[in-house]
Amino acid sequence: MNNTGRKFVLYGSILVISLAAPWMLPAYQTQLAFLWMMVLFALTWDLVGGQMGYTSFGNIVFFGVGMYVTAVIQRNLHFDIEEYVHVAGAVDMLTPGQYLAGLFLGLGASTIASVIVAAILGACILAMGMRGQYFGICTLGLGVAAGELASGWEYIGAGSGMVTPVFPDGLGERGVFFYYIFFLLAGILFLTLRWLYSGRFGLAIKAIRDDEDKAEAMGIHTTRYKIIAWCICAFFLSLAGGAAGHLIGFIDPTEVAFAGATFGVWMILMAILGGKGTLWGPVIGAVIFHFTQELFWTYLFGWQRVALGGLIIAVVVFFPQGIMGWLRDRWPERFGYWVEESSGSDPFGDAKP
Amino acid sequence: MSGHLLEVKDVCKKFGGVVANDNISLSIPEGSIVGLIGPNGSGKTTLFNSIVGYHPIDKGSIHFKGREISNMRVPEIARQGMLRTFQQTHIYGKMTCVQNMQISVSQTNEGFGTMFSKFPPEVMEKADRLLAFVGLYTKRRLMAGDLSFGQQKLLEFAMALMSEPKLLLLDEPTAGINPTLINGMIDRLKRSNADLGITLFVIEHNMRVIMNLAEHIYCLAHGQLLTHGPADKIQYDQKVIDAYLGAK
Repeated sequence: MNNTGRKFVLYGSILVISLAAPWMLPAYQTQLAFLWMMVLFALTWDLVGGQMGYTSFGNIVFFGVGMYVTAVIQRNLHFDIEEYVHVAGAVDMLTPGQYLAGLFLGLGASTIASVIVAAILGACILAMGMRGQYFGICTLGLGVAAGELASGWEYIGAGSGMVTPVFPDGLGERGVFFYYIFFLLAGILFLTLRWLYSGRFGLAIKAIRDDEDKAEAMGIHTTRYKIIAWCICAFFLSLAGGAAGHLIGFIDPTEVAFAGATFGVWMILMAILGGKGTLWGPVIGAVIFHFTQELFWTYLFGWQRVALGGLIIAVVVFFPQGIMGWLRDRWPERFGYWVEESSGSDPFGDAKP
Repeated sequence: MSGHLLEVKDVCKKFGGVVANDNISLSIPEGSIVGLIGPNGSGKTTLFNSIVGYHPIDKGSIHFKGREISNMRVPEIARQGMLRTFQQTHIYGKMTCVQNMQISVSQTNEGFGTMFSKFPPEVMEKADRLLAFVGLYTKRRLMAGDLSFGQQKLLEFAMALMSEPKLLLLDEPTAGINPTLINGMIDRLKRSNADLGITLFVIEHNMRVIMNLAEHIYCLAHGQLLTHGPADKIQYDQKVIDAYLGAK
């Protein structure tokens, strides 16, 4: 089978299995929805952290912003804010039409808000030339600060969190509904990244990762590329956040929305496990991680966090290249790295410039 | 500016108490090959860094194509058509040689629209042609970081040619290259000047190379411009010999 045929079969089978999954495993619908959320996490983190080499610990900010903006729009559109806060969301159920209108309007607004936040932060951090560990520490601070700010803001429920409206009757199962939303988002993100990485944008951010001084010396608009990459990452993370808030049903400022210690670390771990800087690595890493995590939760309950910590250490120590990175080192020809037959003894040949 | 592509005037650069460049003035005519020599620590690379905007200069002016560039930053100056290569190679190690070449296309007319575009087939052809020109064609699908130091130097030179600069500043282009390949390198440098019309400004320690290559040579010592003149005069200049070997 040729390459195109093989790709067709690969993408086709992923599509069929993914569409059928919630019906084949009805008990795990919500878990499967979270699986696609993990894929979104890993892919968006890898865009900036893997492909561009800017290790960010603060991407969770965009997830949280997306979650709050979507929920606030949904709330403000249909309810009296004071009454809603007072009864903690125990108000009349929305009609499916109202719910969908609020959800999609909220998701749209959340992308705008997140991209604006990313652009402002990018202009402050990336355009100032912050790199390496300094960038990492700075973004770590952003994640923590965002959680603290949200915990102190009454309008969005402050420390006691915020309840999203109850999922209405008439839209099927909540798990199935959000499964398909997350699947659609992950699919769009994957195809967008595949397209981005195959052209000038992909090579430019890789050049920034490998040698930013050289990229600048060659005249590449490094700041522009860096900020746009971060904005793309923010765009998709805010959509994931908006949908996740409605799926979970309750937004805690530090445990759900700006959950740097869980989601924020997991997104990095998944990308590294699968192989950062590759297209498929984060996807594979997310799937393996999510299953492992669920197994820990089921069979090692009480010790699940310890087991997860052990996994993180094992991945970083023994698998720094990740699965795809290891495969690439093992079979470089399969990944397109090879030496061609030499044409003659004169290494320069008689080629014209 | 009367046919001079680059005009450096009274440039000073201090690092704390160390005067790395002291009132340096030089000019590079369009289409020429000009050499820059001097003992280690005489301020050659600092001068290169000053010219390409890597650090701000303390005093003086630098004109490129008649425009003041001493207040511009590195990428801006590069987009004007002045590139430099590094003494220690700077290449994109985790990308293939072809990818290194593709992303090195001229950024002069790069806008928001082209950021997301694909590379046209001409870019690929040109990358292959230039890789063949420096003798790296068979290695074009290898990761650049896996090349030897000398090969990385050749790749860096090819990347600079890919961008079609007006002026190319080369920092020791033959250092670390296999002696038998040096002649080939000299030939490639001369042909890039003659055939592609690229003006070259070259730092070099290998006297045989620089005398072969450059028409005009500037010599630095202790941060100051010691002397300059045609290549055949410079190599017998007593001041230059003293600077290199130490005067009594």
